[in-house]
Amino acid sequence: MVAEVSGRGFAQSGADLELVNVSKRYPGFTAVDDLSLTIPAGSFFALLGPSGCGKTTTLRLIAGLEEPSAGTILVGGKDITATKAYQRPVNTVFQSYALFPHMTILENVAFGLKRRKIADPIKLATEALELVELGHLAQRKPQQLSGGQQQRVALARAVVNRPALLLLDEPLGALDLKLRRQMQLELKAIQSEVGLTFLHVTHDQEEAMTMADTVAVMNKGKIEQMGAPAELYELPFTRFVATFLGQSNLFDGVVTGQNDGTLTVAVGSENLLVPSSRSQISAGAITVGVRPEKLEIHREAPKAAAGRQIVGPGTVSDTSFAGVSTQYVVQVPVLGDITVFEQNDGDIVGVGEQVWLSWSVDHAFGIPVEETFDENDLSTRALAATVK
Amino acid sequence: MAIGAFSHGPSGITTDAPAQRSSRIAWLLLLPGILYLVLFFIVPLFSLVMTSFQEMVPGGFIGEYQNAFRWENYTEVLGMYGEHTLRSFLYAATATVIALIIGYPLAYFIGVKLRRYPLLQSLALVLVIAPFFISFLLRTLAWKQILADEGFVIATMKTLQLLPDDAHITGTAISVIFGLAYNFIPFMTLPLYTTLERLDLRLIEAGSDLYANPFTTFIKVTVPLTMPGIISGTLLTFIPAAGDYVNASANFLGSTSTAMIGNVIESNFLVLQNFPHAASLSLILMSVILVLVSAYVKKSGTEDLL
Repeated sequence: MVAEVSGRGFAQSGADLELVNVSKRYPGFTAVDDLSLTIPAGSFFALLGPSGCGKTTTLRLIAGLEEPSAGTILVGGKDITATKAYQRPVNTVFQSYALFPHMTILENVAFGLKRRKIADPIKLATEALELVELGHLAQRKPQQLSGGQQQRVALARAVVNRPALLLLDEPLGALDLKLRRQMQLELKAIQSEVGLTFLHVTHDQEEAMTMADTVAVMNKGKIEQMGAPAELYELPFTRFVATFLGQSNLFDGVVTGQNDGTLTVAVGSENLLVPSSRSQISAGAITVGVRPEKLEIHREAPKAAAGRQIVGPGTVSDTSFAGVSTQYVVQVPVLGDITVFEQNDGDIVGVGEQVWLSWSVDHAFGIPVEETFDENDLSTRALAATVK
Repeated sequence: MAIGAFSHGPSGITTDAPAQRSSRIAWLLLLPGILYLVLFFIVPLFSLVMTSFQEMVPGGFIGEYQNAFRWENYTEVLGMYGEHTLRSFLYAATATVIALIIGYPLAYFIGVKLRRYPLLQSLALVLVIAPFFISFLLRTLAWKQILADEGFVIATMKTLQLLPDDAHITGTAISVIFGLAYNFIPFMTLPLYTTLERLDLRLIEAGSDLYANPFTTFIKVTVPLTMPGIISGTLLTFIPAAGDYVNASANFLGSTSTAMIGNVIESNFLVLQNFPHAASLSLILMSVILVLVSAYVKKSGTEDLL
C-alpha cells in the first residue's frame, strides 16, 4: 500500500508510521526515551499510559509540533523528521478540539482543504459534516455547540483531509461516559469506513482496549508492551502493564523448581505454580500474578485437582456489590490481600466468612520483580480514587 | 456601538421586588458617571454648538460675539481650512499604520513569546509604558533637538550621502508623522498586548496541523482573533492623532506648512479669537471622526467587541 504522502492531494489509504529510536529530552527530564515503533497502514493503534508518560509528546513529535532530540519519523516509508507540521500528511484531533472560534463550523472543516487548494472544498466539507451527522449546524459558530458536537466537528475537520495518518489526542476526555461510549463506536466506524491509519493517545485503558487493534502501553517515555488488547490483558510482561491495564493480584517470590513446563514459586511458605511459557522469568526472584476475575471463591476447601491452584483458608475482609459482579477482598495468611471478582450468582459471601480461593494454573503469569510504582503518579487512578 | 454591550444585562422587564431594587442600585451606581458626563460633556458640547453658530456683534470689539444661527461659519471654515482637515486625517492615518506595524510585533513578542517568562514580560510592559513617566511635551521637544538641522541624525545622514546637503527633517511632514507615531505607540501596543496575551496558541498549532504555513496561519487565525486589539489600538491612536496640535506645531516638530486641524482650532481660539470658526471646526472634526470610526468598526464586523 503506497500512500500519497507529499502533503498535497488525498491519501488513498492510510500509511505506515515508523518511529526509529526517537527521543525527546527537555532540560532535566526525558519525555520520550529511544522509542521505536511501527504502526501498519490502516490500523487503529492506541498509545496508552498515565499522564506524563510521554504519549502526548510522542503524538506531537509525529504531528510536527515538537522536534525530536534524536531519531527518525517515517510516514509511508518517507522520512518526515525535518519537515514542518504544515507539510506533513498528518492531521490531529486535539484534546481541546482547538476549533477556530471566529469561523463557522463549515469554514472550520474546509480550512485544511482550502490551504491545500483542493477543488470544491465546501462540498467536501459538507459531506464530512454529514458523516458526523452535523450537516444542519454548518453555519453555527463552535461556541454554540455542545462538547460532543465540537468533538465531532474536530474529527470532521481532520478526517476531511484524508490524512495518511490521523492522530487523536485524548479527544474523548472531556465527554461524559455515555457520550464517550457512543463516540468510541462512531470513531471506530469512521475509521473502518475511511480506512485511515489512526493513532489514538489515551489514558483510559477501557477506551484503548475497546477501540484499538493494537495497544502500546507506555511508561516513563518507553513502551512497556505492545500487542492486541486481549494479549496484553491476558499475558502482561511487566508489573506496570499488569496493574495499569486492569487489576492484578501479584505475589513476589522465588523460583524453586521447574518440571513439565511449570515453574514452582515459593512465596513465603506457600508454593504457587506458573506455566513457564507464561513467565518472563525462569529462575530467581519472580512476581506471580493472576487477574481477579480468574479466581473462584469457595466456602469449603475444594478438592485438589491437576492444573488448579488452591490457596486458603482466608477471611473475607471486604465485599462490594457492583451489579453484574461482586468484588471481594480476601485476607490469606502469607499471601496477603487478594482481590476476587465473582460473577453475581445470587450467593454473596459475607464479610468475616472463611473461604478458599482457586484458579487455573494456566491463568497465572510470571513477571520480573519491580518496585511497586506509585499509584499516585497515575493521575487518572488518583482521580478515580477521589471520585470513589 | 458601546450600548450593545449593555443590552444583554437585566433590562428591568421583570417586575418582582429584588429586580427592582437591583435596578435602583444600578442607577445609583451610574449616577456619579452620568452627572459627570452631563456637567463636563453635554453642557460644554451644547455650548460649543451654540458658539459655532454665533455671529460678530455689529461694531463690537474683536472676540465679541452674539448668539445667532450663522451656518455660514461652517462653509467658511471648510473653504479656508479644507486642506488642513484633509492633512490631519492623512497624517493621523499614516501614523496609525506605522504605529500598528511597529506595535503589533512588539505586542506579539511580549504577549506570546515572553509568556513563559512572566518576569521579563512585566519588565517589557513597564518599558512600553516608561515614556509616560516623562512629559509628552518634553519628549517631543527632545525629538526636535535630535532631528534638528544641527543634530547628529541629519549630520550622519548627510555624511553618508543619504540626504542632500540642503535637507531638513524638522518642519516636514516626515517629522510630524514620526512624532505622532512615536507618541501613540504605547496606546497601540497595550490593547494589542491584552488580546495577544490571551491568544490560544493551540489554535495556531491547529492552523499548522491543517496545512497552513506560518504566514497563512497569521493572516487566517492570529489576525482575526486579535481583531479586537487591532480595532481598539488603531482607534486609540487615530482619534487623538487626528486632533493633535503639538507634534504639528511649529514650536515642536512641524511648521506652518504641516499645520493640522488642531493647530488651526488652537490659533482661531487663542490667537485670532474667532470662536465661532474654532467651534465649527471642532464639530466638523468630531463628526468626521465619528463617521470614519463607525464605518471602520462596522466594516471590521466587531460592533459587539467595542
